[in-house]
Amino acid sequence: MDMNLTLKIWRQKNASDKGSMVDYKVSDISPDMSFLEMLDVLNEQLINNDEEPVAFDHDCREGICGMCSLYINGEAHGPDRGVTTCQLHMRMFKDGDTITIEPFRATAFPVVKDLIVDRSSFDRIQHAGGFISVNTSGNTIDANATPINKEDADDAFSAATCIGCGACVASCKNSSAMLFVGAKVSQFALLPQGKIEATDRVLNMVKQMDDEGFGNCTNTGACEVECPKGISLENIARMNREYLAASLKG
Amino acid sequence: MSGILNSSIGRKFAMALSALFLMFFLLQHFSINILSVFSPETFNDVSHFMGTFPLVQYVLQPVLIFGVVFHFVMGFVLEIKNNKARRISYAKNNGGANSSWMSRNMIWSGAAILAFVCLHFYDFWFPEINTKFIVGDMSGLIDPNNAESGFRYYEELQHKFVDLWRVVLYVVAFVFLALHLLHGFDSAFQSVGANNKYTKGLKRFSKIYAIGIPLGFIFIAVFHFLNH
Ligand code: HEM
Ligand code: SF4
Ligand code: FES
Repeated sequence: MDMNLTLKIWRQKNASDKGSMVDYKVSDISPDMSFLEMLDVLNEQLINNDEEPVAFDHDCREGICGMCSLYINGEAHGPDRGVTTCQLHMRMFKDGDTITIEPFRATAFPVVKDLIVDRSSFDRIQHAGGFISVNTSGNTIDANATPINKEDADDAFSAATCIGCGACVASCKNSSAMLFVGAKVSQFALLPQGKIEATDRVLNMVKQMDDEGFGNCTNTGACEVECPKGISLENIARMNREYLAASLKG
Repeated sequence: MSGILNSSIGRKFAMALSALFLMFFLLQHFSINILSVFSPETFNDVSHFMGTFPLVQYVLQPVLIFGVVFHFVMGFVLEIKNNKARRISYAKNNGGANSSWMSRNMIWSGAAILAFVCLHFYDFWFPEINTKFIVGDMSGLIDPNNAESGFRYYEELQHKFVDLWRVVLYVVAFVFLALHLLHGFDSAFQSVGANNKYTKGLKRFSKIYAIGIPLGFIFIAVFHFLNH
């Protein structure tokens, strides 16, 4: 059954504009559409009426790039679990629903336009230590030459599935980035290749996280529930251990 | 180590340490208070010991006061910092979808406990300090000039729980304490980095502690109200 919906969408011309919520109507929305396809329908409608289309971020539209940062009906990526906005289906909504759509809110994620936020603070955290320094030119070592305990390999892999979407920050009442940084720290801390730079990595990444203006975690667990990749709070605990151990050393 | 309190994780860690200390103190405080229900004599003896033993008075008591003050000051500091991390709030936010009410309202349950701590100091701590250090009566007796008069602690305790309004305030405060601990207990372990195979069991124990201890305190207050 196709749906008629009312949308309340945050419109903001540019970074310095004050912005406000604006109401729109869309009709004949198929439950099989993705949420972004529904927004495409709205934008087509706006363009046909010579109005400015709603700016929103997206790229892969298959849950891997982490661009589609929308806060839908009070939740990051909407009411479904384990999905990004592009993977959210319109069958999660009913005919006649009113849907509130806002950008991810955090001082460290300033709004660029409408629903688009600048998440380069995450990139700067990664630059501060989210890597290992290895020479990859011509002398690549066979992966199987370094034995790794299965549990550690699995945990490192799970941590590495973080796509940097920022839903954790958006959902957190404190706008804390600890789930993201916890995942990025854990991904390397669990592996022998990452241990060499472990001390500097955690100190530098946490310092960058704090400098960017993210808040302090109070363990509400909202991030873990809203994370499209199911990144576990255990990663935050591991980062805390790594950080405290590193502070004693450094 | 330098400047650890300037980092988010350092502050979390310090917050958790002060909280773990307070939870240990709460258990100790409860153990002594519950004696008043079973044996006024034992309660009196232990109270006199706690009230006059130098290690408790001059070392543990200042540490405790520092712990309490540090905990709530840091609580307010974190709250202010966290509010700055999101200057524009959501038009629609469904917090209940992903987190508990307790976890989102630690500052309010904390503020309620702080208000209670003020009343509690007014009720017991200030009179105690006044008797011991201003009046200079370290005897612990009802009548300091009569060794036969017995210790005053149990009598003072009973006297406090005569007014219904005070009992109601104590009960309400303990409900907030339970709400605070229902999130806080687990949270403190996560903050110090302990999240492992024991966490599940710990979470079960935390429910018992977070509800049991405040309920026990409520029982003591109501018991004395009904039996004075
Ligand atoms: C006997 C009294 C108290 C006990 C046993 C207690 C216990 C706890 C515990 C276990 C935590 C979790 C710590 C963590 O997450 O690392 C906590 C957090 C907190 N407490 Fe208390 N608390 C008490 C009094 C207060 C008071 C008076 C305030 C005043 C505002 C307060 C404000 C807070 C706040 C805001 C948090 C959350 C901060 C965070 O998790 O980082 N608490 N408390
Ligand atoms: S931890 Fe989860 S919610 Fe946070 S950025 Fe990574 S994938 Fe997104
Ligand atoms: S558009 Fe790439 S994850 Fe949604």
